Amino acid sequence: MSKTPLVEVKNLKQYFPIKTGLFKTEMLKAVDDVSFYINEGETLGLVGESGCGKTTVGRTLLHLYEPTAGEILYEGTPVTEKNIFSMRKKMQMVFQDPYSSLDPRMTVEDIIGEPLDVHKLYSSRGERREKILHLMELVGLNAEHATRYAHEFSGGQRQRIGIARALAVDPKFIVCDEPVSALDVSIQAQVINMFEELQEKLGVAYLFIAHDLLVVHHISKRIAVMYMGKIVETGTADDVNYNSIHPYTCSLMSAVPIPDPDYIRGRKRIVLEGDVPSPLHMPSGCPFRTRCNHACEKCAEAMPPLTDRGNGHMVACWVK
Amino acid sequence: MGNDKMPKKNPLSAQINLSKFNSFMFEKASDEEKRQQDVMSESTTFFKDGMRKLFKNPLAVGSIVVLGLILITIIVAPMIVPYHYEEILSVDGVRDKGAKNLAPFTYSKLEQQYIDNGGYRFPHIFGTDEQCRDYFVRVVYGTRVSLIVGFFASIIVLFLGMLYGSISGYLGGKVDLIMMRIVDVIYSLPDMLIIILLSVVLQTILNFSPGSLLASLGTNMISLFIVFGLLYWVGMARLIRGQILSIKQNEYILAAKSIGAPTGMIIKRHILPNCLSVIIISTALQIPSAIFTESYLSFVGLGVQAPMPSLGSLANAARGGLQSYPYKLMFPALAICLIVLSFNLLGDGLRDAFDPKLKK
Amino acid sequence: MEKDYLLSVQDLHTSFFTDAGEVHAVNGVSFNLNPGEILGIVGESGSGKSVTAYSVMQILESTGRVTGGKILYKGDDLTKWSSSKLDKFRGKCVSIIFQDPMTSLNPVFTIGNQIEEAIKLHTEKKGAEVHERAAELLTLVGITDPEKRLVQYPHELSGGMRQRVMIAMALACEPDILIADEPTTALDVTIQAQILELIQDLQKKIGMAVILVTHDLGVIAELCDNIIVMYGGRICERGTAREIFYNPKHEYTKGLLKSIPNVNNMKEKLVPIAGSPINILNLPKGCAFCARCENCMKICLTDVPEELWINENHKASCWMNVKEAFEAEGGKK
Repeated sequence: MSKTPLVEVKNLKQYFPIKTGLFKTEMLKAVDDVSFYINEGETLGLVGESGCGKTTVGRTLLHLYEPTAGEILYEGTPVTEKNIFSMRKKMQMVFQDPYSSLDPRMTVEDIIGEPLDVHKLYSSRGERREKILHLMELVGLNAEHATRYAHEFSGGQRQRIGIARALAVDPKFIVCDEPVSALDVSIQAQVINMFEELQEKLGVAYLFIAHDLLVVHHISKRIAVMYMGKIVETGTADDVNYNSIHPYTCSLMSAVPIPDPDYIRGRKRIVLEGDVPSPLHMPSGCPFRTRCNHACEKCAEAMPPLTDRGNGHMVACWVK
Repeated sequence: MGNDKMPKKNPLSAQINLSKFNSFMFEKASDEEKRQQDVMSESTTFFKDGMRKLFKNPLAVGSIVVLGLILITIIVAPMIVPYHYEEILSVDGVRDKGAKNLAPFTYSKLEQQYIDNGGYRFPHIFGTDEQCRDYFVRVVYGTRVSLIVGFFASIIVLFLGMLYGSISGYLGGKVDLIMMRIVDVIYSLPDMLIIILLSVVLQTILNFSPGSLLASLGTNMISLFIVFGLLYWVGMARLIRGQILSIKQNEYILAAKSIGAPTGMIIKRHILPNCLSVIIISTALQIPSAIFTESYLSFVGLGVQAPMPSLGSLANAARGGLQSYPYKLMFPALAICLIVLSFNLLGDGLRDAFDPKLKK
Repeated sequence: MEKDYLLSVQDLHTSFFTDAGEVHAVNGVSFNLNPGEILGIVGESGSGKSVTAYSVMQILESTGRVTGGKILYKGDDLTKWSSSKLDKFRGKCVSIIFQDPMTSLNPVFTIGNQIEEAIKLHTEKKGAEVHERAAELLTLVGITDPEKRLVQYPHELSGGMRQRVMIAMALACEPDILIADEPTTALDVTIQAQILELIQDLQKKIGMAVILVTHDLGVIAELCDNIIVMYGGRICERGTAREIFYNPKHEYTKGLLKSIPNVNNMKEKLVPIAGSPINILNLPKGCAFCARCENCMKICLTDVPEELWINENHKASCWMNVKEAFEAEGGKK
């Protein structure tokens, strides 16, 4: 690639020690050898089921967990424990749960103002207030509500407060960790549209983590699909959705409940057998082989590498 | 669904009388009109909301009233009643030996004479004790002592527990492990035995220079505080540690970290304010248990030093003449009951009103 | 006269009595359920969809009460029943499965204990028969190796498996009606597909009626014969699945369908519904949706719209439809 991507992740690994016995600890491989990049002003969707490590990827990116191995580069500069404080002015995060991600004892003004306080981004009280009101306007909140407490707002409004807090330091990149999945259906569209508008206006790039494929497809230019800590398929949103190759992606696509009775009743659904295996006892080779209809001997031997199937559509599968 | 009674042919006009409408009704409503339908409920803070709930709880309000009355009595009564708690009654400078064990609102012979001669004696509301002292004043002072012990012991417990618990909870890991094992050891000591031993030992060790503030409080009182502080902080420490551990799980702590907020700021801005309600509630519940223990110790003679009365020692003294003067046991016992019950009910009320976990 | 419905809810009103006053959660909901029908109730938080289901089961929280209307089970009004009669009714006639399979099973008993208890409670079966029936039920809900699962504890099973166990328990006494309250919300997409498939299969096999309560229009579209759309404790619109999805006649349903990503609007911008979900503490005088409706009219602010037939498979309560009829008549006065 000629241009340096805004954020690049190389061979990221995040293992957590888990006590399995009195003196025994095993490593839970939450994220295992994940690489991807995000260009300026672009959205990468990260899709996967619960426990696949997608949230861990997002948190490790911001060094909320110290990565076990691998590199995170921001505009080519490695993000380390030393420079993370200044990096947090460039990379921010929006959380999933609009209820627990806002301190119930703080007013909206103080919540949005906190990053300004931490990074000392104002010279007077007046400037602080002005900035906060500007941010509230940016996310479509009524400025009159600045002195109210977070618990007085509805889910959608709370998520707006969370977004305003992330925007306060004027970041270039925001990790959005399932930002709409806790919201009511009629509110999700408001928040999705706002993400899109903010991207147009401010040129921020997103890592958009979600389990809802339709939402991710709508907002993202490219999508990466994770299964048990590994990326199994990545490519443009349309490629991954319409020409999915990996058997896991295919079954995921066929399982999405689509609000269209004729379409959904007419489609052929690939229902996966069984459950996701425990991350502590990962199958050898390809982690998906225990549920895969196409699994062969080779799948048990080694994890397939991501190979390019044209147009940057990378798939990790021996069979397909 | 019900496919009941569907009209054969159903233009809407057949189902509803269109003539009762006019075109004005179908005009678009203005944004202003729409907004009026969608008002945000009144702004309340967490504290205001809790107070509103507290004052809706009749038991809590009742106990606040009772505690208020007791507080007023113990402050005001000694100013009005002209007797002192260790003063042996005398009339005109003559010791009134007949004023022993008087019933409530009665006078001794000497006093009666004095009154008949036109003098004024303040009534003995609760009567007198066997050493010719006004019993009401003694009960009032006893209540004072009990409340002070309860209050200060709780503050010591709160302070030690908060310090220890928050360090242990926030740092976590090995530090937490070791600190909590120490707590477990202290917890496993039989507390009554230790209290009794300690208070005996401390009474002989503690020597304050006469005239100092500590000396005026009396060695027993100080040793009581120390005993409470040493033993009861463990419960508070555990509670606060647990609270901090659960607050640490909240995403807003993670959010603060992702902003880059330093540890001190996270504790000060996020963790402590969210612990506050639990701290207040458990302190309110700590006070009655301290009062109870103090009364118990005084009852067995290990509490505050004579002639300073305490509700427990008063009850113990009254035990002697139980058959002749049962009311003498009743007054201090009643005072203990009222105080302990009120604090417990108030603590429960506070918990119902402020504990976020119980919120619907 | 009306034909006999399995379940007929007539003008149901349910309120919660809280510190903040009476909260009208359900305001005049009526619907009928035929044997073997799959009815979907869809709505967002505060729409009263779950409260409606709980009212039918008579399992409201202590602060909640049915304040008006009738719930007829095979023609018998169960709001007037004694609590012992209701105990028999629950489980035997109507069963419910909840959203969260993690907390609906008791962690200290084995799966076998819990299913067998449900069987013993409502049938005459004894001893080995009970055990056999439990194993049979697990097989029915697609759990392989039932004997092994019966002696396991809930924490040893995955979320999808637990939801299957919950369904097995609900089916223990072959109820006529299964109420599924957000049965797949807590589950992953691939597991959700399994559970939906299972519910569909069981419905075909056993022939019970299903009331599916959910906020997910995709789930509703897949499974339901008939759909009820609720908002602010009232029914906005009801009809067959195709009518609701392809010919919506209530502004809320229309807005909802436009606001969710679908296969054919990926490249377009979503059209969100403005505002926040309704605060049921503060219901407006007229149509509950008026404050968020982009075509809100003066009459919407003051009058609750009547429910009117659109065609034989479709009913809606929206003043827009009346307006169209009014204008078609050329009516101006």
